[in-house]
Amino acid sequence: MDWSFFFEVLIGGLLAGIMYSLVALGFVLIYKASGVFNFAQGAMVFFAALIFVSLFEKGWGLAGAAAATLGVMVVLAFFVERVVLRPLVNQPPIALFMATIGLAFLIEGFAQGILGAQVHGLDIGIADVPVQIGGINISKFDLFAAGVAALLVAMLAFFFSKTRIGRALRAVADDHQAALAVGIPLEQIWVVVWTASGFVALVAGILWGSRTGVQFSLTFTALKALPVLILGGFTSIPGAIVGGLIVGASEKLAEVYLGPHIGSGLENWFPYALATLFLLVRPEGLFGEKRIERV
Amino acid sequence: MRNRIRISGLSVSAGLAGLVLGLALAAPALGQNEQFIPMPSYRVGPYAAGGTGTFGGFIDYLDMLNKRDGGINGVKLTWEECETEYKNDRGVECYERLKNKGPTGAAMFNFLSTGITYAVIERATADKIPVVSIGYGRTDASDGRVFPYVFPLVTNYWSQNTAKIKFIGMKSGGMDKLKGKKIINLYHGSAYGKETIPVLDLQAKKYGFTVTHLEVPHPGNEQESQWLQIRQAKPDWVILRGWGVMNPVALKTAAKVGYPRDHIVGVWWSGAEEDVEPAGDAAKGFISAAFHPSGTNFPVLQDVKKYVYSGGHKGNLEDMNRFGKMYYNRGIIHGILNTEAIRTAQAKFGKKPLTGEQVRWGLENLNIDEKRLKELGAFGLLQPIKVSCMDHEGGGAVKFQQWDGKKWNLITDWIKSDQTIVRPMIEESAAAYAKEKGITPRDCSKE
Amino acid sequence: MIYREAGQFHATYAEDQRIFPIRQDRVAFAGILFIAFVLVPLIGNDYWFGAILIPFLILSLAALGLNILTGYAGQLSLGSAAFMAVGAFAAYNLMLRVPHLPLLASFFLAGLVTAAVGLVFGLPSLRIKGFYLAVTTLAAQFIIEWALTKFGWFSNYNPSGVISAQKMVILGYRFESPVRRYLLTLALVSLLALAAKNLVRSRVGRAWMAVRDMDVAAEVIGIPMLETKLLAFAVSSFYCGVAGALWAFAYLGTVEPQAFDLTRSFQILFMIIIGGLGSVLGSFLGAAFIVLLPIFLNVAAHSLFSGGVSQSLASNLELMVFGALIIFFLAVEPLGLARLWQTGKEKLRLWPFPH
Repeated sequence: MDWSFFFEVLIGGLLAGIMYSLVALGFVLIYKASGVFNFAQGAMVFFAALIFVSLFEKGWGLAGAAAATLGVMVVLAFFVERVVLRPLVNQPPIALFMATIGLAFLIEGFAQGILGAQVHGLDIGIADVPVQIGGINISKFDLFAAGVAALLVAMLAFFFSKTRIGRALRAVADDHQAALAVGIPLEQIWVVVWTASGFVALVAGILWGSRTGVQFSLTFTALKALPVLILGGFTSIPGAIVGGLIVGASEKLAEVYLGPHIGSGLENWFPYALATLFLLVRPEGLFGEKRIERV
Repeated sequence: MRNRIRISGLSVSAGLAGLVLGLALAAPALGQNEQFIPMPSYRVGPYAAGGTGTFGGFIDYLDMLNKRDGGINGVKLTWEECETEYKNDRGVECYERLKNKGPTGAAMFNFLSTGITYAVIERATADKIPVVSIGYGRTDASDGRVFPYVFPLVTNYWSQNTAKIKFIGMKSGGMDKLKGKKIINLYHGSAYGKETIPVLDLQAKKYGFTVTHLEVPHPGNEQESQWLQIRQAKPDWVILRGWGVMNPVALKTAAKVGYPRDHIVGVWWSGAEEDVEPAGDAAKGFISAAFHPSGTNFPVLQDVKKYVYSGGHKGNLEDMNRFGKMYYNRGIIHGILNTEAIRTAQAKFGKKPLTGEQVRWGLENLNIDEKRLKELGAFGLLQPIKVSCMDHEGGGAVKFQQWDGKKWNLITDWIKSDQTIVRPMIEESAAAYAKEKGITPRDCSKE
Repeated sequence: MIYREAGQFHATYAEDQRIFPIRQDRVAFAGILFIAFVLVPLIGNDYWFGAILIPFLILSLAALGLNILTGYAGQLSLGSAAFMAVGAFAAYNLMLRVPHLPLLASFFLAGLVTAAVGLVFGLPSLRIKGFYLAVTTLAAQFIIEWALTKFGWFSNYNPSGVISAQKMVILGYRFESPVRRYLLTLALVSLLALAAKNLVRSRVGRAWMAVRDMDVAAEVIGIPMLETKLLAFAVSSFYCGVAGALWAFAYLGTVEPQAFDLTRSFQILFMIIIGGLGSVLGSFLGAAFIVLLPIFLNVAAHSLFSGGVSQSLASNLELMVFGALIIFFLAVEPLGLARLWQTGKEKLRLWPFPH
């Protein structure tokens, strides 16, 4: 048993999982505050990355491009609140879910229509080369991504617990009607949440885009976030991180050690099978609350 | 207020239905001396880069022929695009929508998608419209006796694979040096990706190398585990059978685990600029097969520039930077092959708009030799092609190119495929299909 | 005015229990059936049959299957495309390996095989509820897709993993031309839709709806969870399996497992959400919306914009308009197109009076 190889696969998997968590964070933010499962999150990642890289290629510089993209995501948040959320207030969550699907098509068509179908490379200055730590090769870029994720989670945790808006967000997540009753402006909160989610999408888009190039398949990163959300719960930020770590690690370990026996390519379904087994034991997820059903 | 919204919703839907129904039934009037070539393109979705580039080149070539020569022997070329989004059912819908357009119906179909090609083969054969699949599609359709209406021109996947092994053999110092070498086949988890597994296994047995097949699940955003395995196994060569985003990710991950990129040989669907540019420096040294080079110093491309893109005219490309790149030139090749087939058919059936059946004859008797290539201004861009009833492939050679960070540089001349391996496999597969479908293979000697 | 029930009395239980109790409805539906079975084959052309109507009908059937599971029984499933794949491959293998198997029997048996598979993947539903159940169905989706590609036996060792469906022959009558394939598909779909409608009106259907609305209460009053939920999975998978078999045999002819990927599962889910959860008509309306609208947009874009606008922009505009229309229709009627239709009918009953 080659232990250093095992650790390499494990650590590589954990770090890959962080990348999934970044995308999952966007989902969690929106679900927490508006109860909507935002199918358009993948499209938002793609859209943010595309705007960023288009500006970056024109010479805008990292900070400038990021700031400008964030501005666009704010506009998007206003648009979503006005056009999608307000007409559908109080509707069943499945209708809202479907509306975000329409939104996904809208964003995808808009992004490729305005900014073109070209594939863009993105180089933010961190090379994807390995460094040796304790005899194991770990990619510099992966470590950078992990650092960024940690920073993001810390920022979000601070935001939610220490600022007024953060507390308002938690109130809204708990109970819309009660929040309205104490005078929390729901529409503003939603704009804030979608902006925050847009920001997370931008970060995820930059990191994923550096790895795969900014192209349409960035929208598929959202699919990888699904098992992460299921394991970690839909409303928990640390849950998204932990879920990502578990999915990433198990995926890679399964592929490397089980793959040669069962057949390669089982990466795609292994996280889901794992999630199923997990849910059979604990149906409310890792960090979810135990549901008490009243008849 | 809710009611008003409801009623407006009802009326909008009724209005939409009526409008679109009317439009669907109204057909645009087409002139009589025109040859219609359908363009089932895809300009949205994950493969839009390939679609816009290739169909851009194809349309530009037809446009150039119209402007420079007045069409083919005076018959103007017309075309209409139909968005397939690279989906099989949309492709079938586009086929049915466009097959009867034009005075004589569609000349032929180029879908640029293996899935759609598979889905349409039976219909097209029944409708007598040829389906051309240049560098993709149903490999066993190279046996024209079983597939009279399907033309996988230039090179098919199995031929390419044998040429690749020849190249690796060349690089190793001779085919006998392949014995004992380790090759890993990293393939995309789809029908396309799986297609070369049997031919590799066959060659492994013949030449004595070991081949391991590793699947990358679609879409291939993440290949950590596969490349860690590759690093463990330390193969001499990796064959990258990628598609779309799998390609740049493969190269980047290879750099991450430290596998030398100049020992990775890709298929031509890993060999466009869009496939390697996102990987940045990690792609330097990567080798890919190509059935045509990139570049603009071919007389035919200069003609396209002259007649289509100057004097205030606009071609099909929105971004002129893509002119002369791999996908665009692939489109030019599409233009050349399809129009030469029409020209060949016109020599027999007359200088008028032709039916699909007649164009099929043109495709089956397509013969572009070096002299003709020079006349077309495509010498070096396209290999000599000779199609026959038995052989719908017609070419079977590939060149190899290497990425230097800025562009592709050719590193070999045309390397022919090994038909002693490929042809029996094709005939076996085609025969199985014929048996399944109850088709009697044609007798080529009688035609 | 025309849509009044005045004067229509139900004198027997049978009359009372009809699917269409109002005579105008019966007449209208008979008209639709007449148009579908008689008029359309006479005036339609290859394009309409082969590219519009057949996929619409087949996907309506799949949507119907998913509606039974998600709309009526309340079990969210994202694996419907995988069950279609099972049906397609099962039908192909049955026809291939069982000599002289009649076509309809192979479809039926393929449906049963799919029902069995659906049952297995539905077992977690006894413990997992709501959105989390979508996980297990996603596991089904990916596992089935992977298995069908990986194990060559399913595709008869075709190098690409593609299956070419056999010709459809019933009692010597060949179903090759688009018209015949359309009629066969229409007949099968109509039959299965009738079965579904009756199923959801019966005790089984009511049990499903009870489970959907509040399963704890349902269990308390004596509805057996195990049988009810598993039956929902089985029936739903049967429908999806037959739809898959039809997709391979009557529509495309050649099928690869990627034709039944996650995108297709989502597509079917979108159909039932837009069409209306818990409604047979909704399945058809949703299928029409999702399948036909993009095509109509493409045709419309061509007729309106030919040459004026770059093709790439036009294609992306289509996508945007499609998304915008989804949002618009949901804002108008969040419960789906079927509800919109129902509202329209109610308005019609009062017309020309406002209330």
